[in-house]
Amino acid sequence: MNSTATDPGRRAVLGGGLAALAAPALLLRAARAADEPIRIGFPTPLTGPFGAEAKDQVRCASLAVAQFNAAGGLNGRMAELLVRDDKLNPGEAATRTLELIEQDHVACIVGSLSSSVQLAVNEVTKARGMLYVSISQSDTITEASDFGRTTFHEALNPHMTAGAVARYVFRPGMKVAILLADYAYGNEMAAGFRRAAAAMGGVEIVLEQKHPFGAADYSTFLPRLRSVKPDVVCICNFGRDQANSIKQAVDFGIKRLARIVVPVLLYNQRLAGSADAFEGVVGGANYYWTIEDRVASAKAFNDAYRAANNGAVPSDYGAYGYSGVRLMLEAMRRAGGVAPDAVIRELEGAHYDTCKGPETMRACDHQAIQSVLILESKAKSAMTSPADLFTVLATEEGKDANLRSCADLGHKT
Amino acid sequence: MQLDLIAVQLFTGVALGAVFVLLSIGLSVIFGMLGVVNFAHGAFYMTGAYAGVFCLAVTGNFWFALAAVPLLIGALGLGVERFLIRPLYGRGPDYPLLLTFGLGYVLVEAVRILFGTDGMPFDTPSLLAGGIDIEGLGYFPAYRLFVIAVTALILLLLWLLLERTRYGLIIRAGARDPEILSILGLDIARVWLLVFGLGTGLAALAGLLAAPMRSVNPEMGVAVLVEAFVVTVIGGMGSLLGGAIAGLLVGIVVSLTALWMPQMSTISMFALMTLVLLIRPQGLFGRGLSR
Amino acid sequence: MSAPAAAPLPADQPALLLRWRLPLLAAVLATLPWIAPSQALAVNILIYGLYATGFNLLFGYTGLLSFGHAAFLGAGAYGTGIALARLGIGWFGAIAIGVAASGVLAVLIGALSIRSRGIYFSMVTLALAQLVYYIAFQADDWTGGENGLRGLTVSRLRVGPFALDFLNPVVKYYVIFGFVVAALWALSRVLNAPFGAAIEAIRENEGRALACGFDVRRMKLVAFALSGLVCGLAGALDALHLSIVPIDTLYYQTSGLAVMMALLGGAGTFLGPFIGAAIFLLIEDTFSLWTSHWQLFVGAIFILAVLFLPRGVWGSLIAWHQGRRA
Repeated sequence: MNSTATDPGRRAVLGGGLAALAAPALLLRAARAADEPIRIGFPTPLTGPFGAEAKDQVRCASLAVAQFNAAGGLNGRMAELLVRDDKLNPGEAATRTLELIEQDHVACIVGSLSSSVQLAVNEVTKARGMLYVSISQSDTITEASDFGRTTFHEALNPHMTAGAVARYVFRPGMKVAILLADYAYGNEMAAGFRRAAAAMGGVEIVLEQKHPFGAADYSTFLPRLRSVKPDVVCICNFGRDQANSIKQAVDFGIKRLARIVVPVLLYNQRLAGSADAFEGVVGGANYYWTIEDRVASAKAFNDAYRAANNGAVPSDYGAYGYSGVRLMLEAMRRAGGVAPDAVIRELEGAHYDTCKGPETMRACDHQAIQSVLILESKAKSAMTSPADLFTVLATEEGKDANLRSCADLGHKT
Repeated sequence: MQLDLIAVQLFTGVALGAVFVLLSIGLSVIFGMLGVVNFAHGAFYMTGAYAGVFCLAVTGNFWFALAAVPLLIGALGLGVERFLIRPLYGRGPDYPLLLTFGLGYVLVEAVRILFGTDGMPFDTPSLLAGGIDIEGLGYFPAYRLFVIAVTALILLLLWLLLERTRYGLIIRAGARDPEILSILGLDIARVWLLVFGLGTGLAALAGLLAAPMRSVNPEMGVAVLVEAFVVTVIGGMGSLLGGAIAGLLVGIVVSLTALWMPQMSTISMFALMTLVLLIRPQGLFGRGLSR
Repeated sequence: MSAPAAAPLPADQPALLLRWRLPLLAAVLATLPWIAPSQALAVNILIYGLYATGFNLLFGYTGLLSFGHAAFLGAGAYGTGIALARLGIGWFGAIAIGVAASGVLAVLIGALSIRSRGIYFSMVTLALAQLVYYIAFQADDWTGGENGLRGLTVSRLRVGPFALDFLNPVVKYYVIFGFVVAALWALSRVLNAPFGAAIEAIRENEGRALACGFDVRRMKLVAFALSGLVCGLAGALDALHLSIVPIDTLYYQTSGLAVMMALLGGAGTFLGPFIGAAIFLLIEDTFSLWTSHWQLFVGAIFILAVLFLPRGVWGSLIAWHQGRRA
């Protein structure tokens, strides 16, 4: 009964009197003209703890749409962004995605900002053959069991970011302790550190301390973390969990004992957290505005963003919004239309550079191979402007070897 | 298991418990006196933290904020009782519940509009930064010691208020039988007003004290509300002593489960509550099945 | 505790309304896909309307305020989802499994919680439901954990010789509509039977009901189980609708939703909770398209409703109608 969207007789077998009731919806669909705008559904958590990231995603996605339209669109066909609030709730996101597909007849979906929400959107889009560019981290979405041929994962994943940070920080002989949130994403990040440590050799993981997802107080987990006397503490959680656990780790004197590293260091969460607590913390990122000094596409992106936003700079998750929308629109332009099959052909294996240097969309699992920036949070005294939050310590260029292989992910190769 | 680890773990449990105590006492007093299940309690806690951010931005003085915030939010509580909750007395407990639920939404959203959705940093006051390293026993952050001390002080003051003053007598009598008080010619409405203000003031104080440990964001009251309910129910709704003991108990239980079964540390308080209620359906110090 | 004392009894409702309440609701719901802003939202109204109605059986009719009904919605959703995704059972069997799972859970939670009363009853149901949430969170091999349960998309419903395209929103709506109306019809029959009068007697005065010779405990437990079955069906339909089961389904805020919807529409009335659910979802949907500060308006509307429409929207309408007749 669990047939998928590729089921050939799906529409033909519409049964009984319900066919008549369904007719208006089918008529609507048929009435869709080719010269209508290309609608892009953009579910993002405008309300909730990642509201600032979401609003920046909207600004950046709008910028990508405006640039596409200014360049003539798709043979004159303009693009249009339909922003919907998914409230960081998978059920809400699924409902909004259904609406975008059924009511608004979008050509594709770009968006979401959490592992569970993107998996919910993915479930709805892949059953309906709808193109989807996911722009938040997850290892699961590219695994064979969740993979959809219409889904493309433009964001980094925990394996890549944790791996890059580990390769930069870990040295043989080090004692490493891991504090991880007990849910899929936390475990994925911890696994990334573990695999990188094993590959390097000589790195001892002395403690893996789990904590419940979304805890407000981490103090109860810190004494044990302190007692194992680690050289490096990897904190594998996200957003507020991260800000709170770093702050409390500092309270318990852990930063004076060990180096604190995180898989992902977020621009807006650092702003919401305190500079003192974050000072010296090392983490990975997909984007930070100062790479414009050496990356031409970042310079162009920053300048366009500054022009549209009173000189402000885009955030990391904002850059995902830009790059996700631009990736899709350019593929549609190359394909000469919005038909999913043609667009998929353009995207699989595509080499592109939207805002952070070269990327490749791996054909077998639709994961974007791209660089990971290694950032260090600056001391308050070292900041020259409110946007000057991080130092870029290193850039790990994207390469296939840093990803899990498609065979590992369960894909037939 | 090393002894020093258990000592620090007990300490973190008590510090955690201190916040629970302040929260649940406010909740418990309001329920015990007014029969109001205050679903906006978490929102008052959050508002307290933001009021602290505001006071700190204006004066730069944590100690001023510590004194001003409970008064400020307590005054907000007075307004809420007077204009929103008072019209609902005599209509059954569902109506204040629904109203305070809606009020929680409004407060959270108002804070988002005023201070943004993202949350704000809240640095530990410099006098209380750092900690005390006791050789062989472990490291104790100074700020957490301070939180424990403030909570103990508040408990003492509340006890003196309730047991040693005329007002305390009226409050205690009002909790037993409000009708008799009215017959005796006392203005019960004013007592209720002040009790609601006291409860919200305590929630705000808890929020302010938690801010340097947990930082400040609009959703910080959501999870805390349920935790406060759990503590209050374990202690017995309406019981001050119950709230204090249950708060510490829950803090320690959560902390020790974090040591031995970390994933179970959140669930442990619910398990404890279920256990307590199966044995004593009115909570540890509750007054039988009066309500 | 907490039976809304002011809520009118169904027996006092105009007889005409009593007889026609179900056809009336069914007629309105039949046109909903073309009135509501979207068909996906219309399906949500069906599902949450049923959920709030099931909750109201316990709250409005029996007078037991449960804060744990998310457990039953979740049990229905996960039961159905696991049957589809993990066990490969057909859609109809999967719904039956979801509903049964929820019924069993309701009997378990009910048996434990009806020992306590008043606010303690509410808190026991809350605690037990949170336990269910954490168990589901931990058992991620079965439930998908925080990522939610996926892989249960049903694109075709086989009904005898026919196969329906379940991805078509209109078809999906009317299939779910069929289930919801059937459940409401069954519930309406139960409430009109002596059992309905008996549980209302418990709500009005438990001691008196006991003195009259009712087996109060058993009545409460049966009401609990029935309520769980109805909410379980709502959960099962939700799993089919969204093709995922988010872990949030089990979170306590989902329990709160049922309370709010029932009170907003009018607890203790048959149609009230359904209307409350529709109003709540429509307000949320409309305002969240306008502004990211939609919660300000939702909160304010709650406050105003409590202050000025104490019997809920539908309850107040009925009271107003009766007042005019009197």
